[in-house]
Amino acid sequence: MRYLQILRVALKALGRNKMRSSLTMLGIIIGVAAVIAMLGIGQGAKRMVNAQIASLGENLLNVFPGSHTAGAFRGGAGTASSLTEEDVVAIRNNCSAIARISPVVRSGAQVVAGNLNWGTSIQGYSPDFTYIRSWPLSSGAFFTDQDIKGATKVCVLGQTVVDNLFPGEDPVGEIVRIRKLPFRVIGVLSQKGQNAFGQDQDDISVAPWTTVQKKLVGSTYINYIIASAVDRSQMDLAEKQITDLLRQRHRILPGQDDDFTVRSQLDIATAASSTSSIMTILLAAIASISLIVGGIGIMNIMLVSVTERTREIGIRMAVGARGKDILTQFLIESMVLSLIGGIVGILLGVLASKAISAVLRWPIFISILSIALSFFFSGFVGVFFGFYPARKASNLDPIEALRYE
Amino acid sequence: MNELISTDHLVKIYKLGDYEIHALRCIDLSIEKGAFVAIMGPSGSGKSTLMHILGCLDRPTKGNYFLEGKDISSLDRNSLAGIRNQKIGFVFQSFNLLSRTTALENVELPLLYNSGYSKEKTEKARKALSMVGLEGRENHYPNKLSGGQQQRVAIARALVNDPAIILADEPTGNLDSRTSVEVMEIFQSLNQKGITIILITHEKDIAAYAKRNITFRDGRIVRDEPVLAPKKATEELLSLPSEKIEEEK
Repeated sequence: MRYLQILRVALKALGRNKMRSSLTMLGIIIGVAAVIAMLGIGQGAKRMVNAQIASLGENLLNVFPGSHTAGAFRGGAGTASSLTEEDVVAIRNNCSAIARISPVVRSGAQVVAGNLNWGTSIQGYSPDFTYIRSWPLSSGAFFTDQDIKGATKVCVLGQTVVDNLFPGEDPVGEIVRIRKLPFRVIGVLSQKGQNAFGQDQDDISVAPWTTVQKKLVGSTYINYIIASAVDRSQMDLAEKQITDLLRQRHRILPGQDDDFTVRSQLDIATAASSTSSIMTILLAAIASISLIVGGIGIMNIMLVSVTERTREIGIRMAVGARGKDILTQFLIESMVLSLIGGIVGILLGVLASKAISAVLRWPIFISILSIALSFFFSGFVGVFFGFYPARKASNLDPIEALRYE
Repeated sequence: MNELISTDHLVKIYKLGDYEIHALRCIDLSIEKGAFVAIMGPSGSGKSTLMHILGCLDRPTKGNYFLEGKDISSLDRNSLAGIRNQKIGFVFQSFNLLSRTTALENVELPLLYNSGYSKEKTEKARKALSMVGLEGRENHYPNKLSGGQQQRVAIARALVNDPAIILADEPTGNLDSRTSVEVMEIFQSLNQKGITIILITHEKDIAAYAKRNITFRDGRIVRDEPVLAPKKATEELLSLPSEKIEEEK
């Protein structure tokens, strides 16, 4: 018996019970749509988290000083002042896996412009800041190595600061006062929005680190170091090079703890994306339960159908259908049910995802893989749950089947 | 010798719990090509069991069944299905047509289970339908056909694969007397074309159209005799009042 002919017979049989067939399909449709939507939500969340982590910077590494210890009193991480400008220079010169590096000197201060003022974070960096943090300017220019050398009083403002001090104006070229010192605004950072923890990243003003260190803080130390590895695959090597170099420079004996901490963006990214992967798997698992329930619906209906059509099976066997022919016929029927259900479910799932993303403003990403996956999974459900009824049909005794009323 | 069917000590025992039912006790039977045999007997005499075995729907408990010289009593389910498809045509008392399937598609059914081109299949099915006088009714559904017409569709289905034997189990059981004779007329004309026909019936009138009568009782053959002058259905029909006249009344 040819498959095309069996397919025609199957379609006809399903067409006879349109209501029943479509209700059975509905189970699969809902299951597949749920899987598609849940995978979409999960992958959307994953992409969002990854994008936020990427927005922290290009292959970013942070080097924090260790804790400050005074007698029995131990401060938290980053309280010691163990990192210096020389450390930065040494890393820049010796670590091959590091592309760009910048010391960070932080301070908080009121910024005054005319009769407006705004308390914000003043952060000192090297000109590599824009590259390392992948943070371009929206207008003006960034400071240069000349400004670092001369510790010039220039600054680049974040969008939130601009909104509060220069509402509706372009601040480039204006003078602001920070701790009574006049700073010339030379640029504005592009808007970055909130970070993953809900902090406003645009509430910032950036100045040459030398200026912040000498003119605002008045120390010789730096708070921490940010650096960029040459590429993603070199992150681990970069971390190791920095650790080795700093241990040597800080004269830390083997067995002693580091007085600094190197943290790579990769660690955070890996943790975050594994979290959202688990989320996705969990959501998809819950959704596939409904697909399995749909499969049980198919099995149920196919069993009813086999019983109803016992006589037909007997007739087919009497005219020469082998067990295999009957098996194939019923398997194809259940596969047609589940695959049509799968296709409609995919369409519905895509539409539902679009609706969810429009209403809840949640990013949704539907990959070809998840579509293919749910299509094949629904086909598999058809075969898996259709097999038992089909086998039951194929094992019928033709004489009994012909006598069945 | 032109032997088509021969059975050797055929025994069929059904087990019902502790009981054993001897449906067939040692049947030795030989049917030659071109025969028209009527098997008679009361219900429970084993004639249906014999037909199931001859029709390859069932296997004997003991003994051998040779069809065209080949021992088929020990074949597996799939091989038996193949033989049913190629060598045997069934006609049942209750017609056993697929409902909501046209006459033509019902006749095509056996062709679905062997290889060939679908155009040829449709052609074969049309030919079989015209052999039983149903041309023009190809696209009728069984519930739109009379009992006699439904049985003729069933006969066409039995014919379509050019079988060696047609096995008919009480084919006239559900039909009125005139339609019964019409069906017997078809069987007689098929028999004249050389098709072997084995017919089960408990009506003596019907058995009289066959060329040989075998009577069963309690799983044994009690009588096996040739019919010296079989009734001719064509002549019989002439003497019966025609349907058309009755309709006009």
